[in-house]
Amino acid sequence: MTVRITVDRSTCQGYGQCVYEAGDLFHLDDDSISVAAADVAEDRRADAERAADVCPMQAITVE
Amino acid sequence: MGGAVIIGAGLGGLRTAESLRGSGYDGPITIVGDEPHLPYSRPPLSKEALAGGVDIAALEFRRRPALDDVTWLLGLSAVSSDLAARTVTLSDGAVLAFDGLVVASGIRPRRLPIPGPALGRHLLRTADDAEQVRAGLVAGAHVVIMGAGFIGCETAATARTLGAEVTIVALDDEPMIRPLGADLGAGMRHRHEVHGVHFHLGRTIDSFNGDGRVESVSLSDGTELPATLVIEAVGSVANTEWLDGNGLDLSDGLLVDSGMRVSTDLAPVVAVGDVARHPNALFGGPPRRIEHWNMPTETGRRAGQTLAALLGGQPPSDEPFTAMPSFWSDQYDHKLQSFGMPGNASRIAVAQGDVDGPCVVEYHDDSGLVGVVGIDRTPDLVPYRKALLARGSDSG
Ligand SMILES: Cc1cc2nc3c(=O)[nH]c(=O)nc-3n(C[C@H](O)[C@H](O)[C@H](O)COP(=O)(O)OP(=O)(O)OC[C@H]3O[C@@H](n4cnc5c(N)ncnc54)[C@H](O)[C@@H]3O)c2cc1C
Ligand code: SF4
Repeated sequence: MTVRITVDRSTCQGYGQCVYEAGDLFHLDDDSISVAAADVAEDRRADAERAADVCPMQAITVE
Repeated sequence: MGGAVIIGAGLGGLRTAESLRGSGYDGPITIVGDEPHLPYSRPPLSKEALAGGVDIAALEFRRRPALDDVTWLLGLSAVSSDLAARTVTLSDGAVLAFDGLVVASGIRPRRLPIPGPALGRHLLRTADDAEQVRAGLVAGAHVVIMGAGFIGCETAATARTLGAEVTIVALDDEPMIRPLGADLGAGMRHRHEVHGVHFHLGRTIDSFNGDGRVESVSLSDGTELPATLVIEAVGSVANTEWLDGNGLDLSDGLLVDSGMRVSTDLAPVVAVGDVARHPNALFGGPPRRIEHWNMPTETGRRAGQTLAALLGGQPPSDEPFTAMPSFWSDQYDHKLQSFGMPGNASRIAVAQGDVDGPCVVEYHDDSGLVGVVGIDRTPDLVPYRKALLARGSDSG
C-alpha cells in the first residue's frame, strides 16, 4: 500500500513549512509552489500528515 | 462523567484533542470556543484572506475521523472555573464538570486606553475582525496602523496592495525590532517605504479625533494624521481571566512544566498554544510564551500525551520539551522565515546577502547560535534549522 500526497497548487502560497517539516517529501519549484513526492510507502504516512498539519493554507492532502 | 474539557477552539485545542485520542484516551472530549466557528487558520487573516476575502470554510482545519465524537460548544465562553470542584462555568450559565482540563484560550490583542471615538478602530485576531477590517480597506482609505510588529506590518502590506494610504505609528525605532534586530528591521522598513508606506517611529498616538467616528489621530509629537481606519496591533494579553481564583501563576499566560502540565494539586490541568508559558530545553532560560504558528501543534501534542497519562492513572513523561519555534511572514512578495529565538540574541550577523535584499541573518548569544532569519532564501535555511535542533543533543 502506498500513501498519495497532493498539493493544491492554486492554494499553496509557497511558505515552505512542509519543506522544513519533511524535506524529502516536498520541495519548492521555480514558482515557489510546493511539489510533493506523489506516492510514498505507508511508513511515511505520519511524516506526510505532520507536513499537512503545518500547512497554513490547508493545501496538502494525504490519502 | 466529565472527561476532558478543552477551553478554546483554536489550533491548540484541536491538536490537543487529536493527541488525546492518539495517546489512547477514549473518554468524552468537549471543546468550548467563544467564536462561532470550528478551528480555523489565522495567519491568512492578515494576508490572503484580508486581500481576497474571508472564506471560513477554506480556512477551517481538517478534522480527523478520530474526533467525530467530540462535543463542540461554540459561541460560548468559559467565564470562571473551580479547579477544586473540577468545574467550568460557561457564559450561558451552564456548569461543565471535567476530569481533566485543557487551557487553550489563546491571547487577544492589547488595547491601550487612548481617548476618542471607538468607531473606526479595529483589532485583528479573528475571522470576524478580518471581515470588518476588509470592509474599510478600499482604495483611497487612510489606514493608520498602531504597532510595527508582524501583524501590523503584514496588514500594512496587504492594505497598500489594495490601494489604501498606509501609515504605521509605533514606539519602537524600527519595525519588528524585537525579533529581527535594528538592521534587519530597517531593511524591512525600506521594503515598506518602497511600496509607499509612511512610518512615524518613536511616537505614540495620544488621541483619536472625530465626531462619533475616527477621522484623524494625534501623535505624541503633535503631528495630526487623517484616518478612516485604525488598526491596533500593539501586543497581546493572555485569555486567562476565567482561571482567576485558583491560585495559579497567571503572570504572563499560564505557567506549565515541560509536559505542559500546570502545577496544581487540585486537578489535572494542561495548557497549550499562545497562552502557555513553557520551558524549552533547546534554548534554556526562563519559561516563555511563544506566539508562533507551530507551537500550538508542538505543545498540543505533548499536552495530549500528558493528560491521557494522567487520566489513565499513569505518570506522564518527564522528558524535556524541545520544540523549534518556527515563524514565517509574508509582506508584498517577500517571504520571511525565522527559526529559534532570534529575540534572545546578543550578537547579530548577516551571513548571506544584505538586509535590503535576499539574506540570511544569524542570531547568537553566549551559548552559540540561537536563531536564524531568512528573507526570500527558504532553501538556505535548512542547514541552520538542523544546527539549531542539534542544540538539543548538547544540552540533553
Ligand atoms: C492575523 C494573524 C496572523 C498571524 N500570522 C502568523 C504567521 O504568518 N506566522 C506565524 O507563525 N504565526 C502567525 N500567527 C500566530 C498564530 O496564528 C497563533 O500562534 C495561533 O493561532 C495560536 O493558536 P492557539 O490555539 O494557541 O490560539 P487561538 O487560535 O487564538 O485559539 C484560542 C481560541 O480560544 C478562544 N477563547 C478565548 N477565551 C475563551 C474563553 N474564556 N472561553 C472559550 N473560548 C475562548 C478564542 O476566541 C480563540 O478562538 C498569526 C496570528 C494572527 C492573529
Ligand atoms: S506549507 Fe502549504 S502553503 Fe506552504 S509551501 Fe507547503 S503546501 Fe504550500
